[in-house]
Amino acid sequence: MAWNAPVPFAGWVMLSGILFSIGAVGFLIRRDPIIMFMCIELMLNAGNLLFIAAARYLGVMDGQVFVFFVMAVAAAEVAVGLAIIVAIFRTRSSIDVDQMSAMRG
Amino acid sequence: MIGEYLWLIPAFPLAGVLVNGLIGHRLPRIVCGAVACLAVLGSAVVSVMGLLHLLRLPAGEAREIHQTLFPWIGAGSFQTSVSLMLDPLSAVMACVVTVVGFLIHVYSTGYMARDPRYHRYFTYLNLFTFAMLVLVLADNFLLMFVGWEGVGLCSYMLIGFWFQRPSAAAAGKKAFLVNRVGDFGFLLGMLFIFAVFGSLDYRVVFERVAAEPGAITATLTAICLLLFVGATGKSAQIPLYVWLPDAMEGPTPVSALIHAATMVTAGVYMVARCSILFVNAPAALLVVAVIGALTAFFAATIGLVQNDIKRVLAYSTVSQLGYMFLACGVGAFAAAIFHLMTHAFFKALLFLGAGSVIHGMHEEQDIRKMGGLMKWMPITGFTFWIGTLAIAGIPPLSGFFSKDEIIWYSLAGPLGHWAFWGAGVVTAVLTAFYMARLTFKTFHGQPRMPEDLRSRIHESPLSMTAVLTVLALGAVFAGLVNIPEAVGHRLHLPENAVGAFTRFLEPSVVPKKEAALLIANAAGNAPVGFVQPAPHVDHALELPLMGLTVLLALLSIALGANWYVRRPGTGAALAARAPALYHLLLNKYYVDEVYSALIVRPGMALSRFLWRGVDVLVIDGLVNAVAWFFGIAGRLFRVAQSGYVRGYAAGMLAGALVVIWALTR
Repeated sequence: MAWNAPVPFAGWVMLSGILFSIGAVGFLIRRDPIIMFMCIELMLNAGNLLFIAAARYLGVMDGQVFVFFVMAVAAAEVAVGLAIIVAIFRTRSSIDVDQMSAMRG
Repeated sequence: MIGEYLWLIPAFPLAGVLVNGLIGHRLPRIVCGAVACLAVLGSAVVSVMGLLHLLRLPAGEAREIHQTLFPWIGAGSFQTSVSLMLDPLSAVMACVVTVVGFLIHVYSTGYMARDPRYHRYFTYLNLFTFAMLVLVLADNFLLMFVGWEGVGLCSYMLIGFWFQRPSAAAAGKKAFLVNRVGDFGFLLGMLFIFAVFGSLDYRVVFERVAAEPGAITATLTAICLLLFVGATGKSAQIPLYVWLPDAMEGPTPVSALIHAATMVTAGVYMVARCSILFVNAPAALLVVAVIGALTAFFAATIGLVQNDIKRVLAYSTVSQLGYMFLACGVGAFAAAIFHLMTHAFFKALLFLGAGSVIHGMHEEQDIRKMGGLMKWMPITGFTFWIGTLAIAGIPPLSGFFSKDEIIWYSLAGPLGHWAFWGAGVVTAVLTAFYMARLTFKTFHGQPRMPEDLRSRIHESPLSMTAVLTVLALGAVFAGLVNIPEAVGHRLHLPENAVGAFTRFLEPSVVPKKEAALLIANAAGNAPVGFVQPAPHVDHALELPLMGLTVLLALLSIALGANWYVRRPGTGAALAARAPALYHLLLNKYYVDEVYSALIVRPGMALSRFLWRGVDVLVIDGLVNAVAWFFGIAGRLFRVAQSGYVRGYAAGMLAGALVVIWALTR
């Protein structure tokens, strides 16, 4: 296989799966909400990568359109999420997610 | 002309209700009373004008004025409007209701002067007058039913007017419940009429029946019996009379107005109004006559031994209503309405006299603690005597004319029989005796009240004695509108002075001669064979029989004087000699106890079962089980909601993995 040969589709799927797994595991094991947000972004972008790859592989534009939506939603979600974290920090002087269990049933 | 003003008759009392009901508590008492009295006076004036207008019209069919106020219910073929009718029958009823009602309103201003809920009393009284006028002026069954229920409601509220007394509240409840039984019969009868005739309008129904006499005898018999069940409830006949004696818990003017003079006659009015239905159903008519005769007799026997002045009068009312139904039942409807009218005067007089006695005796009602009251209350005593003589049927007072007409027609009427005549005469004798006993024990003989009370006994105020005097005039002269033929011919009176009331009334009710033909016709195709047209009775008998009744009544009064004034203690001695009979009568044949055992207690037991068993256990149990299930489920699943974000994330991830596994399997 030449060094500049195109990466096969299966490679994109595997890369996307690895990125998503890193994000998911990171989200589950870290307690810092900033890191957790980064992990969420990682998972979203793993999804984006898969969309783009599929769009290219199938030769249709639908996947690329979806990616735009996902990026817009992710930006909005981060804006809201960071605002919530700031507000929590102001009232409780801590942003450890394990201490935020006031909504326990 | 009067046709355009008919609506004023019920509108005046309704206006009184609105004024007293909405702003009465802010008005001074004198204004409250004046508003209520003037409202009834207004409709009395219009009613009397209507009656005079009818008298000026030519006799016959033309004497019927209708006024449609507005359409009420229109649903497919069912059309009913709120419309009023003035014919001789409703005109007489409206005049009785408003004139006697007005007098009792005036009396009430004196009797209730110190009551804290004065305005409310007059609101109820005016509301009653309104409902009663709707009842008598309606020109269809549905509107009549509205008035019928309205008077029942007012009766309930006024019997329980002093609801602080448990006995008064219970009596009101009893009256309401017993009346509901009757009202249910009336309602069924009404639905039956609609099913058969497709209309509830008097004119439509009566014309259909009159057009084909005897065509649907069996159906009409059912309808009439159902309607009569309603009448027994409202007019206190066997078996639904038990509420009326208890209704005496209400203020005495209420007893006079509602439970003696007007509302209880609604049943008689209804039977007379439907006379064309009843004569086409002779079996039902016979039931009416038998129930009437039995009620008249049994109520009179109970009245013999009661010691509460109002209770004696209450049983007397039941008994006199029995007379009216007896008259209807033998086919003499005009005689029933005539007795209704004279009875309204003398019974209102007697009740108001009793109220005056109770007022003067400071709320004492037991005649054993009275006696010799004539000395303290001469006007009351004198007018009470007039009422007594009138109800005993002593000529020439009003009761003589009406009662003897009924007794005569119970023999000579279309369905007359010697048994009915006998019941009528015996009841007349009993009536004279218990009224004599009541009057002598109250107003004559040795005073039996405690010493300290004697100095405080007083004659009632002018507003009460004036009313007694006016009613006494009515009780004396009201009978002269219908002098019987036998007497009129003997005295050579002009032809139009004899039986004038009957002739006036006969377009509205079926005349006796016509009734005889219709009954004979219907009896021919009746499903029951026992209805016989009356035997021919010689008219020459009328005067001797009349004389016999009067003689017996006079003898009973004399006997009363002998037993209760000359030799007091005779009554007690007699009671001691026949204790079983005495206690049977004193306890009203134990009818209340029997009803209690047969109906009230099983009803209570059933209700308790439905409450504890069905409602609490089954229905509430089902609802509670559902709530309990969700409570348990919530307690189980709340563990999942830990509040840890990473816990939720792990859950989501696990779920996603499960979904992916399920999809790719």
